[in-house]
Amino acid sequence: MLRIEGLTAEIDGKQILKGINLEVPTGEVHAIMGPNGSGKSTLSYVLSGREGYEITGGSATFNGVDILAMEPEERAAAGLFLAFQYPVELPGVGNANFLRTALNSIRKAKGEPEVDAMAFLKMARAKLKTLQMSDDMLKRNVNVGFSGGEKKRNEVLQMALLEPSLAILDETDSGLDIDALKIVSEGVNAMRGPNFSALVITHYQRLLDYITPDRVHVLMGGRIVKSGGPELALELEAEGYAKVAA
Amino acid sequence: MNAMTPGGFSARFAGLRDHLPGGRTPWVAALRGAAAEHFAATGLPHRKLEAWRYTDLSPIAQAQFTEALTLAAEHPVLPPMRAPHRAVFVDGRFAAGLSTLPAWCRTLAGDLNAAEGWLGALARDLPVVSLNTMLFEDGLMLDLPAGTDGGALELLSLASHTGRAIAFHPRHLIRLSEGASLTLIETSLGPDGASYLHNPVFEIQVASGATLSHVRIQREGRAGFQLATVLAAVEGGGTYDNFTLNAGARLVRNEIHTALLGPKAACHMNGAQLAGDGQHADTTTYLDHAAPDCASRQTYKTVLAGKSRGVFQGKILVRQVAQRTDGYQMNQALLLSEDAEIDAKPQLEIYADDVKCSHGATVGALDEAQLFYLRARGIPAETARAMLVQAFLTEAIEGVTHPLAQAALAEATEGWWEREAA
Repeated sequence: MLRIEGLTAEIDGKQILKGINLEVPTGEVHAIMGPNGSGKSTLSYVLSGREGYEITGGSATFNGVDILAMEPEERAAAGLFLAFQYPVELPGVGNANFLRTALNSIRKAKGEPEVDAMAFLKMARAKLKTLQMSDDMLKRNVNVGFSGGEKKRNEVLQMALLEPSLAILDETDSGLDIDALKIVSEGVNAMRGPNFSALVITHYQRLLDYITPDRVHVLMGGRIVKSGGPELALELEAEGYAKVAA
Repeated sequence: MNAMTPGGFSARFAGLRDHLPGGRTPWVAALRGAAAEHFAATGLPHRKLEAWRYTDLSPIAQAQFTEALTLAAEHPVLPPMRAPHRAVFVDGRFAAGLSTLPAWCRTLAGDLNAAEGWLGALARDLPVVSLNTMLFEDGLMLDLPAGTDGGALELLSLASHTGRAIAFHPRHLIRLSEGASLTLIETSLGPDGASYLHNPVFEIQVASGATLSHVRIQREGRAGFQLATVLAAVEGGGTYDNFTLNAGARLVRNEIHTALLGPKAACHMNGAQLAGDGQHADTTTYLDHAAPDCASRQTYKTVLAGKSRGVFQGKILVRQVAQRTDGYQMNQALLLSEDAEIDAKPQLEIYADDVKCSHGATVGALDEAQLFYLRARGIPAETARAMLVQAFLTEAIEGVTHPLAQAALAEATEGWWEREAA
């Protein structure tokens, strides 16, 4: 379970998170919705360990472990996964090499045996098939020349291979057409189970038509201002953030 | 004595001139004598010369190098042989027992008279070349007949650990006749503790329709010096490809002069430089477009760690006759430490009017966003950095297509960052 208590953080001296309280029990999918500038992406970066954010107070624990004190790669090894809003292009790094290095780094950190190239290829091809991605994806450089939809699918492919226990999906729906949205959602839904939780960060309700959350939280001005069931997302869509939060 | 005066090397020549190969052969003696005169007048290049602003040779002038007295008594450990043929030189001298030469290869000292009119044909008034001409003892003499596919040949240069500061100046003559083709994979190695100077000069002639792919892998010892000069002349429809990896040596100057002399000649000059603490790596290229419809491509990548310095200077001359020249030059540097310094000087000199010529340069550090992306996927920071360094080099290295050359390059570059970071 992810437990965030009184989390405050700033960037360049500007306070963005002003006391976040949130619990995501194991096995549940929670959505965080909020207008632009409310701190959604900052929350995802702070949880995954990006440099440049100053944590000024509060705590975040995952299964009882303080994740804020860990390096990004240690958080990944502990089961945390961030699906990036803007996946980064890595010219000169082959996707297959990248995915296998990531998989084996995590396995090594967990004391599990590494996967050889042949076994990896077999695993990767099976996942590609379920995400309706072509095998070519493995030969290309990471995200280089990928369309917006391909980049997001590549994020979901990474998640499917790394099998995290907590996924943070940062605006995974942005830039997706309806077909890609369905495929990406199916990829997330396929992971759902008693040992998987997710924090789905989104601006629009649309994604939640496909990934039904257990809880919805509204983030505004760096605080969770309201929480509720899936119906809260529909309410936000119909009436706007200002009215619902008032 | 001023550090850059020619005293040491010139005195060596005065004492040795009659004993050097061809010392009593008039044409060789004349060539050496003229070179000695030139070198006595210039000395080693100093930093007041525009072409040497960024590279200081005073450590070489101060070292007082001497010749290797005898062949190294102990046989060095050789890397595994990759190609079917290999020419091995130890301290600049041919090691017959370690070599297997194809029919079209001889050695310079073994058959010096065959080099008359060939040796020195491409040489210019460059002090470092004159130093080589004055003192060379041996070298490869490769003459690939027309239409022959020479496959791959390895040229291995080893410095032995003599306990003295030695200098050797091999002279390699390489000639490909019409339509011949060859991949030449050259590796230079030396022990880390030894101070020595390796000063090779290559005179390379590529005839019409011939293709030479020349891969140079410089892995000299960390206290060694290399001053390498490649002089290449390419006839119409011929191709000269040079890839140079600078990974070793305390100081290296890799100077390449390529002249495209006939229509539709082509040249690719690519390279990578990896320098760590205390190392200085300089690649300087001169490309002379002297005929119409020729194409040239250059991509150089320099990675600097610790307190190191990198230099790239690239001049492209497009003569008036060289219409429809297609020239491209890119040099990029990756700085992994605050103490590293790169100097880059591209230069275009264009006299023809119908020309496509471009150049560019970038200098930067590792991209933090890329680093975080890799780490967020569980990849440890040092592995992530190594992956990004390797990725940076890829664009320059991927032009090398021969599998043996690829294997040699992979071996030389893999793990570099892990070693430097350790």
